[in-house]
Amino acid sequence: MPLPNAAGIGYKPQHYKDLMDTPAPVQWLEIHAENYMGAGGRPLAQLRHLSERFPISVHGVGLSIGGEAPLDTDHLARLKQLCDGLNPFSFSEHLAWSTHDSGYFNDLLPLPYTDATLDRVCTHIDQLQEALGWQMLLENPSSYLAFDESTWSEPDFLREIAARTGCGLLLDVNNVFVSAVNLGFNPIDYIAAFPTENVGEIHLGGHDEDMDDDGAPLLIDSHGREVADPVWALLMHVLRATGPRPLLIEWDTDVPEWPVLRDEAQRAANALAAIRMVVA
Amino acid sequence: MTQSTFISALLHPDAPVPDGLSDGKGRPAGRRFAVYRNNVAVSLTEALQAGFPATYRILGDANFNTIAGGYLRASPPSNPMIHAYGDGFDRYLAGIAPLADMPWLPDLAALELALRHAYHAADGIPLPADALARTAPAKLPALHLHLAPATQVICTPHPLLSIRAQALGMPRPEDTGEVLIARPAYDPVAIPLPVGAAPFIKALCHMPLGPAMEAATEGTDLTTTLALLFQNEALIQPEKTA
Repeated sequence: MPLPNAAGIGYKPQHYKDLMDTPAPVQWLEIHAENYMGAGGRPLAQLRHLSERFPISVHGVGLSIGGEAPLDTDHLARLKQLCDGLNPFSFSEHLAWSTHDSGYFNDLLPLPYTDATLDRVCTHIDQLQEALGWQMLLENPSSYLAFDESTWSEPDFLREIAARTGCGLLLDVNNVFVSAVNLGFNPIDYIAAFPTENVGEIHLGGHDEDMDDDGAPLLIDSHGREVADPVWALLMHVLRATGPRPLLIEWDTDVPEWPVLRDEAQRAANALAAIRMVVA
Repeated sequence: MTQSTFISALLHPDAPVPDGLSDGKGRPAGRRFAVYRNNVAVSLTEALQAGFPATYRILGDANFNTIAGGYLRASPPSNPMIHAYGDGFDRYLAGIAPLADMPWLPDLAALELALRHAYHAADGIPLPADALARTAPAKLPALHLHLAPATQVICTPHPLLSIRAQALGMPRPEDTGEVLIARPAYDPVAIPLPVGAAPFIKALCHMPLGPAMEAATEGTDLTTTLALLFQNEALIQPEKTA
């Protein structure tokens, strides 16, 4: 069953009671898979209760789909165990890498968009989808730098991955905005080139503002504040292309009290309501 | 560029930014690369701060972060389960010469690690408080008691519970040199055991109650020890086999 075309939030344990008591306007939740791979205890107990009430999306952050090394089969087995037990509405991961021979680095590291990377990513997605037994969504990254060796644009790269593997796409609108500012491209052009027909979920999050060595703006995808106004504007542009989609607010650092997060979710719900009126 | 090249530069703050990276407009990437360096170092340091809260308070932000920086370069996480990151941090602390005047610090870190393991340990059904009373006295010596997966015992020559309580602003317990880690419901506890109780609890892992009592240090208050085990859900019902 697909996620509802409604507002969701990235789940944080401090909001458990609020969500169980007064969840509106939140209609679904996303969890980071790796936080629920312990053997037992409160995290898994809470997740069981939440899954009886909300559609759950499992969002992996550690599979290292773009890694040069083969996928970690132990981690793949943990993911499968989590998903088999939870039967989530969706599974998504990132166009990035995070694991190397020397360890796991807990960040979404960038990839050059080359034919070699394309082959590797597609092989890993095939392996993942086969192991899980369903279609995954692949998320576009936020970028701080570019690789001289890249020969593909990011939208074309993602379109080709979706075509080859049959995976869907998770479009993070804040990531598009952050990358556009950081790398100097037009986000409207990016969306125009993006295979919006493959979008199964949309992410929104807050970013911080910094500067690079030359004094140029450098946006940091921090997930630590409200979604910026230009990102909301870009969202409306995206929704006009995709129609209503499951729309998630990510807030992972400096996590606010429930009313603040609820207001962000309400804003997302309002955006979906507005686009339904436009489409109608 | 290989990912080995990228990682090598990522882990060494003074290393040059690898060739072939730009700002997307033809200029070298420069400090943009530092965003990734920073993300990795900060996120792993914060994971250690969260996992070792008393150790962090005692060392202070600057000292802890310097030590964490060395540790994460020497021992990055071996898998993406960051909640388990820090196995071995106690041994790493033991090897830092300037910390020699805090000989209890590695044991404190081990205690915090044990609490975290307990938090994520597998669930079990607690053994009811009247389980012993309902067993015929003649059968008690042959009774097998099963420790919950969260249950651990730590023996230490240091007053760890007092040190931890002071660091975290908690009520100060008595230190006996033997600590029970258990998880009643979902929140792990570290509580003092009667002196001599540790060998008894460890013996319960592999022998029935009678022999385990004989393994206990003579004079140990086993009544109090058993009461603590029941009160803190440190004993569970055996898994039923089909």
